[in-house]
Amino acid sequence: MSAVSNDGQLLSDDVRRQIDHWLAKFPPEGKRSAVIPALHVLQDANGGYLTNELMDALAEYLDLPPVQIYEVATFYTMFDTKPVGRHKVNICTNISCMLMGSDEIVSHCEKKLGIRLGETTPDNRITLKVEEECLAACTGGPMMVVDGHYHTHLTPETVDKILDELE
Amino acid sequence: MSERAEANNPGLVTIEVDGVEMQAPKGSMIIEATDKGDVAVPRFCYHRKLSIAANCRMCLVDVEKAPKPLPACATPVADGMKIRTRSERALKAQKGVMEFLLINHPLDCPICDQGGECELQDLALGYGRGVSRFSERKRVVKDENLGPLIATEMTRCIHCTRCVRFLDEVAGTSELGGMFRGEHTEISTFVGSGVHSEMSGNIIDLCPVGALTSKPYRFSARSWEMLSHASVSPHDSVGSNLQIHHVRGSIKRVVPRDNEAINECWIADRDRFAYQGLASDERLNEPMAKVDGRWRTVSWDTALELTVDSLRATAAERIGVLAGPQATLEEQYLLGLLLRGLGGNNIDSRLRQSDFSDQAARPAFPWLGLPLESLDNRDVTLVIGGLLRTEQPILNHRLRKAVKAGGRVAYLNPLVQDLTYPADQFAVAPERLVPALAALVLAAAEAAGKPAPDGVAELADQQVIGETEKNLAAALVQAERGLVLLGSLAETHPQAATLRSLAAHLAGLGGNAHGVVAENAASVGAWLAGAVPHRRAGGKDVDSTGLDVAGMLRAQLDTFVLFGTEPELDCQDSAVALQALSRAGNVIAVTPFASDAMKEYASILLPASSFGESAGTLVNAEGRWQRFPGVAAPPGEARPGWKILRVLGNLLELDGFGYNAADEITDELEAVCAGVSPQAMAPGPLAANAATESEGLQRIGLVPLYAGDSLVRRATALQQTDAARDLRARMHPEEAAAQGLDGEHWVLLRQDGGDIRMPLVLDDAVPRGAVVVPAGVRETAGLGAQFGRVAVHKA
Repeated sequence: MSAVSNDGQLLSDDVRRQIDHWLAKFPPEGKRSAVIPALHVLQDANGGYLTNELMDALAEYLDLPPVQIYEVATFYTMFDTKPVGRHKVNICTNISCMLMGSDEIVSHCEKKLGIRLGETTPDNRITLKVEEECLAACTGGPMMVVDGHYHTHLTPETVDKILDELE
Repeated sequence: MSERAEANNPGLVTIEVDGVEMQAPKGSMIIEATDKGDVAVPRFCYHRKLSIAANCRMCLVDVEKAPKPLPACATPVADGMKIRTRSERALKAQKGVMEFLLINHPLDCPICDQGGECELQDLALGYGRGVSRFSERKRVVKDENLGPLIATEMTRCIHCTRCVRFLDEVAGTSELGGMFRGEHTEISTFVGSGVHSEMSGNIIDLCPVGALTSKPYRFSARSWEMLSHASVSPHDSVGSNLQIHHVRGSIKRVVPRDNEAINECWIADRDRFAYQGLASDERLNEPMAKVDGRWRTVSWDTALELTVDSLRATAAERIGVLAGPQATLEEQYLLGLLLRGLGGNNIDSRLRQSDFSDQAARPAFPWLGLPLESLDNRDVTLVIGGLLRTEQPILNHRLRKAVKAGGRVAYLNPLVQDLTYPADQFAVAPERLVPALAALVLAAAEAAGKPAPDGVAELADQQVIGETEKNLAAALVQAERGLVLLGSLAETHPQAATLRSLAAHLAGLGGNAHGVVAENAASVGAWLAGAVPHRRAGGKDVDSTGLDVAGMLRAQLDTFVLFGTEPELDCQDSAVALQALSRAGNVIAVTPFASDAMKEYASILLPASSFGESAGTLVNAEGRWQRFPGVAAPPGEARPGWKILRVLGNLLELDGFGYNAADEITDELEAVCAGVSPQAMAPGPLAANAATESEGLQRIGLVPLYAGDSLVRRATALQQTDAARDLRARMHPEEAAAQGLDGEHWVLLRQDGGDIRMPLVLDDAVPRGAVVVPAGVRETAGLGAQFGRVAVHKA
């Protein structure tokens, strides 16, 4: 099933070192706990998204059934299992932000970039992520996370500025 | 304080359920107590054999002093706890959950195979609203193809995760998972790889809705129009308990029957789906006889007359009787009586074996050495020459339980197998099995501080064993509940007697239980019923020992009686079997199936019953007798095997063939076997016997998972599984290179005059000096023995 047979050649030495760093933080029977940080390592090393081959390689490296890696990777919106743009924009649409006008921010972004939530701009610059749950910055709603950085108290103008600065 | 409290606590607490006081073990869950007390609490995700998920929330109950309803499956009992399962609060919670479960569930019960036996349908009747308040769009989930056995309709899934937990916890293959989340959750393999576990069919039973149903059974009957009868699986020596569902004698499906001592509530896929073979095109419906080289359909009278004539025309010592892997105790008994009534003794059912040198010293029947249930708590188990995952899936599952409970399992085999649990696997080329086992015995003797039995050092033949092996030998010596088992590969090995003897010595050194995993459903019965050349029924020695199967095939006998067997597939040496049968003057086949190959060598075909069509008894590996009724009518003119043999007995004017029912035969045999008790083989003197040629490339003839008997070979869905379709020769990459084979392509295999072509796959699980070639399948019929020299060339 897995395309990777010889001990995860897909994983570079650097990636392995980083995964080992996370593995060391958990007892051997709790190695499943290292799956989330390990997927982050893999995703960051692969241009922001995961492939089945990478997940299989990780399963082999951690000696876990592949399906347990897929479960984690598909559960969290912070992991992408399809190719994405260079920048990921996550607009919070949960209740506090919604009350503060996140719908407007979303439609502004969609119109500005010419794509819908869940899509990537044709120039591969920006991916608008779908269904982002509460990002724990309710005091600053509406808010969004761009490539891991928090931007609060958004208005269409500040959004324009932030998006325009993305390469 | 806690110490005193524990000392005063007998381990039970008192709870009150719906006003009734109950005792429940400390730490157990409420639902276990209510189930035991026959109080119905609705549930979907809870299953007593699986871990607790508590994700369906259907079992919410009202617990006094708790601020809100609690899930009965995940709430431990506490002393004095007052639980109400049908209070207004409990019912309101349960109905609320039901409404949510039904939100996304399609209302397609009329076209759903689960309709009528659906847990959701049943509970919706009790807890659902008459009218749905949900007017939004329901979700739709794309279906995934899980393989030829399991049909999917994932829109119906309620995400109880029983299937996920079963495959992870019981089957050990972890093939399904819960992908995505929330309303988008899907049970899936994610990559479309399918489900391949040899026990996968159990998820059909576990699924509380119609998301996972049986593909072969699909749309062929409704649950309420079927009758259900108890039966026993004839596909291995576990004797899994089954329930056959049929409509007016036509078998529609097979499901497990709970028996904690044998198969718990699981069965292997071949127990479940092999019934499809009953409808094979090769099913024999009428007696046939070869007249002047052409097959003619004849009446029973003519067929029996011809049979009697050819039996009478042959001297009894020139008649050979081969009994197949699914023959019942009764059939084997009558076969023995029939042949011995004529004065012969050439009868055997050990078709795959080749070393019979110790048969006189063997106990009354090949015994597992302990009850099946006790496999679960072995602390150290060594299996010699056994690929249990394919040979006996349920037994493998029990060893897996032992490993999960902290036990250690080790295998000494001619190859490394793909297992579902961690185990030490020692693999040596087939001709090095004896030395490797002897070396283990030496190591065990050293660990036990006892002298090694005479002759072991010579058998060890300088075999060097590693630290892990030595450590295992020491562990066996120290084990409290150690076990040494011989599997089917050991039984079929050319040096089987030496292996059996060494195993007995090894177990003796550590005081371990020890036994043989009987190869198939008929293996134990054959010894009890007298279907072996050296014993009568009840394990009594015969006056003059007849020929064993290997002897019969080489002796150029005049007449063969084949009972439920296709010798070219069921025997150790296919080439020799075909040769012997084609040279014999008369071959009388009492058989449910007639293949083209059989029509070549047979002269008379008598149509017999197969699975579910005849009453009978099977004795499993632990020596348990299990009677079962005939459920379906054999097709056409086919008749239950025992009836055919009874009539033959009468026509041959033999005494004592006046049975009116199978039960009468069983009762008679039971009385004959009254004094027989299960015994393990005693450690006897050791002598090297029939050493295999160690020159050249050795064949390891493995019988694939779905090729063990004539029924399963014809089970269409099972034959479409990857396990059945993967017919390839396997060889170590280095060995392939040494043989001048530069990669994975088609090869020509030559053995004893037979040659076949098949793809080669490079696999480092196979030791050097050997090549794995499937046995028991038509593709390799005509090759020689399962163990023997073979040549491989680039095709």
